[in-house]
Amino acid sequence: MFLKKYISEIWRAVKSLLKGMKLTGYYFTHHKEIITQNYPEVKQPLPERFRGEVVLIHDENNEHACTGCTACELACPNGTIKIITKFDVSAEGKKKKALDTFVYHLELCTMCNLCIEACPTSAIKMAQNFEHSVFNRNDLTKKLNKPGSKIREGVE
Amino acid sequence: MYRTTNILESNTQSSSLGETGYMVINVGPQHPATHGVLHLVITLSGETIINVEPHLGYIHRSIEKMCESLTYRQFIYTTSRMDYLSSHINNHCCALSVEKGLQIEIPDRAKYIRIILDELTRLASHQLWWGAMAMDIGAITPFFYAFREREMINDIMEETCGARLTMNYMVPGGVMFDLHANFQKRVKEFIAFFKTKIDEYDEILTGNVIFQNRMKGVGILSKEDAISYGCTGPTARGSGVNCDVRKLYPYEIYNNIQFDEITATGCDSFARYEVRMKEMMQSLSIVEQLIDNIPEGDFQAKTKAVLKLPKGEFYTRVETARGEFGVYIVSEGATTPYRIKFRSPGFSNLSALNHMAKGSKIGDLVAIMGSIDLVIPDIDR
Repeated sequence: MFLKKYISEIWRAVKSLLKGMKLTGYYFTHHKEIITQNYPEVKQPLPERFRGEVVLIHDENNEHACTGCTACELACPNGTIKIITKFDVSAEGKKKKALDTFVYHLELCTMCNLCIEACPTSAIKMAQNFEHSVFNRNDLTKKLNKPGSKIREGVE
Repeated sequence: MYRTTNILESNTQSSSLGETGYMVINVGPQHPATHGVLHLVITLSGETIINVEPHLGYIHRSIEKMCESLTYRQFIYTTSRMDYLSSHINNHCCALSVEKGLQIEIPDRAKYIRIILDELTRLASHQLWWGAMAMDIGAITPFFYAFREREMINDIMEETCGARLTMNYMVPGGVMFDLHANFQKRVKEFIAFFKTKIDEYDEILTGNVIFQNRMKGVGILSKEDAISYGCTGPTARGSGVNCDVRKLYPYEIYNNIQFDEITATGCDSFARYEVRMKEMMQSLSIVEQLIDNIPEGDFQAKTKAVLKLPKGEFYTRVETARGEFGVYIVSEGATTPYRIKFRSPGFSNLSALNHMAKGSKIGDLVAIMGSIDLVIPDIDR
């Protein structure tokens, strides 16, 4: 009785092992179903909503839509964004608040998308670039508005 | 019998029992089998476990205190960093509790989107658990098979939510964006693909005799003990406790959906394994029911720019992949909460580890830990 049980258990074990080996053998011989990819050489296209970093959208005339209202700065949970404003003097002598520097601390950013949601003029968006490693930590603090850029006409 | 040396005897002083003849071994905080920075102080007599003492605090980030200085829109993202494998469901619970305070009704479309993404997250989480647990026990191949399917869910999430793991997609009042145009097509593709692959899971691991012998009769947790330790989720359901929050306190549209609460009566590691495997099929059937019936309409209710909760206390609970997750908000009527308490499933499930592991061999400890499905940031917060 004991011997019968012993042998039947061994038979069951061998059967279950072979069953698993059959499956691994199938994938071993079917190379088309390989699931890995050579990352740095082959890069998959990223979806448009992918959150890699915050960028300020500039058009071809080097103009952006940021009014310097600091809504994104208030929406950010980590203090990632710092808006420094200045006063533009128009031709009539009127003072108007405008963006001076859009400081973006990439090292603090958690890509939560709350700043993009908060922006009333859709001036910022998330970009796809995700390879952010640098040798110097200070390089991660970025100025988002390009030099010489100004606010687009008509954006309030 | 194993005799301790003098060097080891001095180590026994750190044992909570303080008896000689026992050996104390530290597992972790940097140990691959603990899935994070969990530190276990194990007292052994030979190979038999006498006592397991978890030491916590290696990944404490004081999220609850942090939340007190964040507004009701901002604090949601922190919960993605707790149980990162069911981040959607954690965010869902936070959004629900804020909505409860604001007393706003969210559109039907948002409810459907939320539930579908919740169940996809649960599927992805259970898949990762399946692979990781098999690897704990020594089978490395299942890990890659599990990640193959999980990758498809992650790609779906990436396309719709913009992130793969810490989405922050649920906002008070609905969801952040509308579904991507490809969403329904890709989810249907995934369902068809996963149905052909779920048999492989059983073929390679569930039916394996070595695996079954390592899981059956190991880590016994009786029904009474599961209740008294406060275990929830598959850990408690493997002991026959009916504790599915989706059935007991249905939120959103769960009371209109046909699905079964999976329980097993084995009370051992294999019962917990079976519960999770069957839960995967239930999640799949929930997604299947909803994916064709997503109603048209808004994906987000109109909310004020600055959210202010009325004075009072609000508690909501959801079922994550690991058990009951609760958010308790005390509001003083300001824009930031006065106090936030998170009830995370991992902490109470871990507390039962000592009870489960006592008396078993040290090799079984990893199998027991794998069957509880621990996520350490969820325990420490």
